[in-house]
Amino acid sequence: MIALDFPEINSILRWKDIFPGFNKIALIAVLAVVISTLIFLLAVRQDHKEAPRGIRNLAETIVEFIENGVVMQTMGKDGLAWTPFLLTMFMFIYLCNVPGIIPFFQMPATARMAVPLFLALMVWVIYNVTGIKHQGVGGYFKSTLFPPGVPKALYILVTPIEFISAIIVRPFSLAVRLFANMMAGHILLVTFALLSEALFQAKDKVLIPVGILPFFMLIFLTSFEVLVAFLQAYIFAMLTAVYIGGATHPEH
Amino acid sequence: MEAIARLIAAEAATPADAKNTAAAASAGYAYGLAAIGPGIGIGYLVGKSVEAMARQPEAAGMVRTTMFLGIAFTEALALIGFVVFILLKFA
Repeated sequence: MIALDFPEINSILRWKDIFPGFNKIALIAVLAVVISTLIFLLAVRQDHKEAPRGIRNLAETIVEFIENGVVMQTMGKDGLAWTPFLLTMFMFIYLCNVPGIIPFFQMPATARMAVPLFLALMVWVIYNVTGIKHQGVGGYFKSTLFPPGVPKALYILVTPIEFISAIIVRPFSLAVRLFANMMAGHILLVTFALLSEALFQAKDKVLIPVGILPFFMLIFLTSFEVLVAFLQAYIFAMLTAVYIGGATHPEH
Repeated sequence: MEAIARLIAAEAATPADAKNTAAAASAGYAYGLAAIGPGIGIGYLVGKSVEAMARQPEAAGMVRTTMFLGIAFTEALALIGFVVFILLKFA
C-alpha cells in the first residue's frame, strides 16, 4: 500500500504573512476590490451614447444580471435602489471565490471564516436597520416575530421559532453556507491533487497509471468549482435581497 | 457502534488518545448522517422544479430563482454537518 499522509488542516488553510498582518487571504480580498473597481471605472469612461464595447459590455452584463436575476426576482421594482449594494457584494464574493482555482493563488479567500462572517454580519445589520427604518421599531418586530394569519394561541410556539430563525440563524447560516462550500471545494481539490501526486510517485510501478483516475477527478472538480464560485456569490446576493425585501415589505 | 467503542478503548493508551480516536471515528458519521436528509431534499426539490419548468417553460426563470433559494436553505444543513466534521476531526 502507499502511505498517504493528509497534511494538517492548518497547513492547507493558513498562510505565512507576506508582510506583518498581511497574508494571501488579505491579498486576494484587496485584489477583488481593486479589480471590481477597475472594471466599473474603465466601463464608465466610455461614451454611453455609443454602442458598448469591450469592458463596458462586461460591466453592463453584470449590472443587468444583478437587476434582472436578483433584484427583480426577489424585491421587484422598488428594490432597484439596492442594485449597487448587491452588485458590490456579488463582485467581491465572486472575485474572492475564484482564486480557489486560479494557479498560484489556489485558495478562495472566503474559505476563511472571517470574510463570510463579516459579510453576513454586515447584511444582518443592514436588513434589520432597513426594517426598522421602514416599519418603525415596533412595527418591524411585530411583523417579524408575530407573523399575521396565525391563530393567537400558536404565537407561544411561533414567536420563539421566528426569533431564532430570523435574528440568530440567518446570519449564521449565510456565513456558514459560503464558508463551508468554499472550504469543502478547497479540501476536495487538495485531496485529489495529493492522491494523484502520491500515485504518480508510487514505488510500485503498477500504481503509476492508476494515478490518472484521481487526476481526471481533479480536472472535473476544478471545472465544477468554477460553477460553485459563481453559484455561491449568486446565492449570497439573492439571499441578501430576499432578507432586505422581507424587511422592507412585510407580509400582510 | 459498540464494537467500535470497545475497539477504541482497547487500542488507546490514554483517555486523551481514546477521545481523539472517538472524535475521528464519529466525524465521519457526523457528515454521513447530515448528508442524508439534504440529499433527499435537494433531489426532490430539483426534480419538482424540472417538472414545473417542463410543464410551464414560460415560468422557468421564476422557478429557477426559487429553486436556487430552496437549494441554498436545504444545503445549509449538510454544510453544518460538514463544519461539525471539520471541528471533530481537526479542532
